[in-house]
Amino acid sequence: MKPRTIIEKIWDNHIVSERPGAPALLYIDLHLVHEVTSPQAFDGLRARGLKVRRPDLTIATTDHSTPTTPRSFPIVDKVAAAQVARLEANCQEFGIRCFGLSSEQQGIVHVIGPEQGMTQPGMTMVCGDSHTSTLGAFGALAFGIGTSQVEHVLATQCLLQSPSKTYQVRVDGALKPGITAKDIILSLIARIGIGGGTGCVFEYCGSAIRGLSMEERMTVCNMSIEAGARAGLVAPDDTTHQYVSGRPYAPTGAAWDAAVTGWRKLPTDDGAQFDKSINIDASTLEPMITFGTNPGMGIPITAMVPNPSDITDPLERDSLSKALRYMDLAPGKPLLGHPVDVVFIGSCTNARISDLRNAAKILKGRKVHSGVRVMVVPGSKQVKAQAQAEGLDQIFRDAGADWREAGCSMCIAMNGDQLQPGEYSVSTSNRNFEGRQGKGGRTFLASPLTAAASAITGVVTDVRTLLP
Amino acid sequence: MTKFTTFESRLVPFPIDNLDTDQIIPARFLKTISKEGLGDQLFYDWRYDTEGRPKPDFVLNKPESRTAQILLAGDNFGCGSSREHAPWALLQYGFRAVISTSFADIFRGNSLKNSLLPIEVPRDVHAELFGNPNATVKVDLAAQTLTLPSGRAVEFPVDPFARHCLVEGIDELGYILQQEPAIASFEAAHPAPINTAA
Repeated sequence: MKPRTIIEKIWDNHIVSERPGAPALLYIDLHLVHEVTSPQAFDGLRARGLKVRRPDLTIATTDHSTPTTPRSFPIVDKVAAAQVARLEANCQEFGIRCFGLSSEQQGIVHVIGPEQGMTQPGMTMVCGDSHTSTLGAFGALAFGIGTSQVEHVLATQCLLQSPSKTYQVRVDGALKPGITAKDIILSLIARIGIGGGTGCVFEYCGSAIRGLSMEERMTVCNMSIEAGARAGLVAPDDTTHQYVSGRPYAPTGAAWDAAVTGWRKLPTDDGAQFDKSINIDASTLEPMITFGTNPGMGIPITAMVPNPSDITDPLERDSLSKALRYMDLAPGKPLLGHPVDVVFIGSCTNARISDLRNAAKILKGRKVHSGVRVMVVPGSKQVKAQAQAEGLDQIFRDAGADWREAGCSMCIAMNGDQLQPGEYSVSTSNRNFEGRQGKGGRTFLASPLTAAASAITGVVTDVRTLLP
Repeated sequence: MTKFTTFESRLVPFPIDNLDTDQIIPARFLKTISKEGLGDQLFYDWRYDTEGRPKPDFVLNKPESRTAQILLAGDNFGCGSSREHAPWALLQYGFRAVISTSFADIFRGNSLKNSLLPIEVPRDVHAELFGNPNATVKVDLAAQTLTLPSGRAVEFPVDPFARHCLVEGIDELGYILQQEPAIASFEAAHPAPINTAA
């Protein structure tokens, strides 16, 4: 048999039918649903008189429109409140388990699946959300879909799909202190650009990827979409198995042994061919930060902001000039030392427990710089509880940071958590598009370590100067 | 679904690369539970001033744009989030097609499911169109051709199944539902790895 990549193996295992002249019909093992991209899909089901085919393969939560103020407060925004209520009503009507606002399992959709053990190697998983790529960390094919496809999956548990190209991202070598998974992925996107992965699924491999924890692998896979890729994954190994083992929805007993036997067959075969590939030497990486208005506009933190006059392609030059105008940054100058108004530590990229521990490591015993607003938003209620059990919330509060309830928060700024026009943030989230964190707001994307360091100094800071 | 027919239109030139879906429709408008009323929110933060008044110099606010049905955009149009509100907003403004050198995958798929046609053209054709932005072009999906102002017809790629569905007015969900026996037999042969209802 021809050697196959893990991407091809998962694909082959999920083909329901292949008809001439049409894309393959692909079976979906887990469908995650949230309040923003689902209401119109449920309306579609009602209009056709359809049921949800597999409520037992579907899970919902509320995260995007969800306030991060104490849960005892009502949702002030009536439109958001109606959307959250609609999700709960739709789940009730169609028999779907919903980790709603009052549930102890509520959280960002890409955080709760893994912590519940629902996301397992070899699965196909979708959600009406582009950062579904996060779940590829488990050695699964996980990708974002639109609302029409949410309706297709609700009704049939299947999607019409054409195979993607395969793209090997090999990261070898050891990360230096202060350099994290976030810096790996920001560096990849800066190298290949935000359209560099279009039409592709990434497989991340190499010794640096093997050395990452599951949470760090999730950070890397999360931002695959920011390079334009449909999905990104890491082949399962003992790290993966150990993470899944013992979680509420993980298999147990003989079923566990059988599952692991299957998972061990998933990694890419020796000699399998990829359509594209890139190599990154992890030992050369520095903390990364973005300066512009898309995630590909990133630089090592000690580098200078690029100069449009160095670019020959006219549209590309205009894009950079436009980005620098929006960000009000001078070309050729360092970003280090640039004043910061807000620090946001949160999002599906960096709001798991290890991210909060990293931030706390820097903030412990220190004070947030006066005039800087720091928001720490855990990825889920479970992350929040764990952080509180470890006393991290006290470290954040003592430093002067705001410790909030779980949700997407200022990553997408739909819930009232937002930048004011002209404000600068260092954010651990995934997108720095114009207005993403609030109309007129300006975002520097970076790791939790860099964000915490900048919170202390009030300016963009190289965390390596503050490491214990 | 209504059938996608051949049409002619002038272009609305928007020469910016990497236009992301947060610009096409800002996230704060995604709190709606409906598909309606999104056309006025298209490119909202670029299109209106802080008082909510249309900026007269923004391309979508020009009178000649109001009747145009084709957006001529820069590279990698529609990158970012999976929000289907982006093609809904473009359609409700009045667009039936977007021309670019490349499209983000999810945006392309979402557009095709809503009869908004992403037309991918080579760089030279792209440059030719931007050189003559007020002219009229013709879109023939069945023939997969775009007829340029010069009269030259260029072919553009479209997934053959998506083209078939659009031209014949076939709804994809209906097509998948017809495959019920294949879905049931797949399920019988493949026990589910999890049970969220447990």
